[in-house]
Amino acid sequence: MATVTLAKALNEGLRKTMENDPKVLVMGEDVGALGGVFRVTDGLQKDFGEDRVIDTPLAESGIIGTAVGLAIRGFRPVCEIQFDGFVFPAFDQIVSQVAKMHYRSGGHVKLPITIRIPYGGGIGAVEHHSESPESYFCHTPGLKVVTCSNPADAYWMIQQTVANDDPVVFFEPKRRYWDKADVEMTGTAPMPLWKARVARPGNDLTLIAYGPMVKVALDAAAAAAEEGKSIEVIDLRALSPIDWPVVEDSVRRTGRAVVVAEAPSYASLTSEVAARLQEKLFYSLEAPVLRVTGYNTPFPPSRVEEDYLPDLDRVLDAVDRSLEA
Amino acid sequence: MPDPTPPAVTATPTVAGPELVQLLTPEGERLEHPDYAIDLTDDELFALYRDLVMVRRIDTEGFALTRQGELSLWASLQGQEAAQVGAGRALKPGDYAFPTYREHGVAYCKGVDPVTLLGLWRGVSQGGWDPHAGEFHLYTIVIGSQTLHATGFAMGIQRDGGDGACMAFFGDGASSQGDVNEAFVWASVFNAPMVFFCQNNQWAISEPLERQTRIPLYQRAQGFGFPGVRVDGNDVLAVLAVTRAALERAREGSGPTLIEAFTYRMGPHTTSDDPTRYRLSADVEAWKLKDPIERMKVYLARSGKADHDFFDQVEKEADDLAAHIRAGCLALEDPTPLSIFDNVYAEGSSLLDEERELMSSYLAGFAEGSHR
Ligand SMILES: Cc1ncc(C[n+]2csc(CCOP(=O)(O)OP(=O)(O)O)c2C)c(N)n1
Ligand SMILES: [Mg+2]
Repeated sequence: MATVTLAKALNEGLRKTMENDPKVLVMGEDVGALGGVFRVTDGLQKDFGEDRVIDTPLAESGIIGTAVGLAIRGFRPVCEIQFDGFVFPAFDQIVSQVAKMHYRSGGHVKLPITIRIPYGGGIGAVEHHSESPESYFCHTPGLKVVTCSNPADAYWMIQQTVANDDPVVFFEPKRRYWDKADVEMTGTAPMPLWKARVARPGNDLTLIAYGPMVKVALDAAAAAAEEGKSIEVIDLRALSPIDWPVVEDSVRRTGRAVVVAEAPSYASLTSEVAARLQEKLFYSLEAPVLRVTGYNTPFPPSRVEEDYLPDLDRVLDAVDRSLEA
Repeated sequence: MPDPTPPAVTATPTVAGPELVQLLTPEGERLEHPDYAIDLTDDELFALYRDLVMVRRIDTEGFALTRQGELSLWASLQGQEAAQVGAGRALKPGDYAFPTYREHGVAYCKGVDPVTLLGLWRGVSQGGWDPHAGEFHLYTIVIGSQTLHATGFAMGIQRDGGDGACMAFFGDGASSQGDVNEAFVWASVFNAPMVFFCQNNQWAISEPLERQTRIPLYQRAQGFGFPGVRVDGNDVLAVLAVTRAALERAREGSGPTLIEAFTYRMGPHTTSDDPTRYRLSADVEAWKLKDPIERMKVYLARSGKADHDFFDQVEKEADDLAAHIRAGCLALEDPTPLSIFDNVYAEGSSLLDEERELMSSYLAGFAEGSHR
């Protein structure tokens, strides 16, 4: 057991995969001597050398495109995209090549590539450093998408992701990088990568969240409990595919669901959750499925980001509206 | 496996020669160059010195305001003043500049009030200035994108009969991006009136130049079919001369030029960076001896062109500018929550009208006390 930040947990998880599998490579901008701008790869180059921890030229399309070649050659590249807003130069490689290679090759070519992306707002950053682009990747068949919300998941999920034979986009909630928790680092992973987790049990309503918003949802559930409301919180963890049985079992029981995410709502992952619940659980629902999300604008200047991002009040407001419906 | 580390390409030029255009040595000695003559009046020299000092002061203020919590981030240009003033002063009305996020000095030369730049760094806007007013486009943070925009703009100049040229700023790191290489291709095959101005400050955050190239960057141009030149980026006279020539070439229809301004990023990448993790302070010390302002000062003083009064006067003006920046920064107003819906579209959107309405009544609920 060790008390670590989420960033350190990722670092330890990466270290372990590199120790266990000599084919694992880390590549990206500033991942070497600097250890990444968030220090997630701190010390890895020193310990595993420049052949395995590669400071790449400054070109995201190049990072992912060469990772494809390395993967074809039998390596397991773990690519770091420095910030959410900088993944788009690599979008073509990810969507047209990474996502489709296994399908196109009739299963002959596996691409076990991990694409790590720090995402989301809340750190007062300048533009392009606070975005939540997960829906683009969830929308792309052939990609899997996961995100962690706490240090323990960070530690185990990154290892499970790297071990996975499919390309996986691994979103890291950057505003939670400095959150600390006790993490059991020995033994085996406490749960499969593709399982959603009931983060707090409850009976009256299900709050569905992931990544940075899990903490907000838990805080909201705790505040609601003081008013006698019993809220269940589900941490999705896997965003594509979603672990529907866990989500549906919960909502079937509570009859009410509120979905929370930082990303804009329009044609998004939260749309997907709402649509699915309506399709599958129409007769169990006591209220419309509500969503609390970022607004459908570009991420705003940091001095108004608190008004843009879902917070405790907005989540509780939606909880009340659902319970009153 | 062969050593994957490329050889150093930084060590090459420190003195004038075929590899490096220099008109003023680090010691303040005036040189002549066969291709790049420059003949400036004393007043023009004074003005350049003044620019250098002002631009450094803008930077020092930006840095200080960040340390004091008034800005959330600052990208320092310290060490790159001559590159930016030389390039900025070569631009004429009608010429358009597309900057990165570090071109505070070019903005100054283009007449953009430094306070205007602070909105982005304070988090009250995402730039927000009118690029057409100063012929100075918004800062572009996504590395390399603006080189294509500039090239397209230059193609527009070609097509609407304008007589200006366009200049794209970018860094040594950016030279690896696909966008930049595509911009080279476009500008070349369309013979666009472009100047690609690369400030090679030796670093892309923690990555040294060798991680981006095995040949001097200016030599890349040849492969794309246009000339490249490396200039001492800490020598404002040389940068001015080289950039003027490139702009003139572009304006007269002879196509693009790549200028590599060989310089050094004296500070951290931004105020969030810790360069002690990846570079030696001895390197920084060595570059201090090539300071762009010091060499102009020595030249002006030694040649008897300027005296103490002049230098004191410039310092005083810099103090005034600093006071203006500080007061202007503190006076920048926070945006209102509802303003996040402004300007997403030129013609509005029913979706956003609805969301604005929702936010508005949600916020009104707080005022009425119906929210907790
Ligand atoms: C597409 C993209 N990838 C990554 C980044 C993060 N980033 C910001 S500045 C920078 C280094 C840029 O180096 P260089 O082009 O040399 O310009 P300099 O900062 O030295 O002026 C990086 C990697 C970014 N802004 N955009
Ligand atoms: Mg640079």
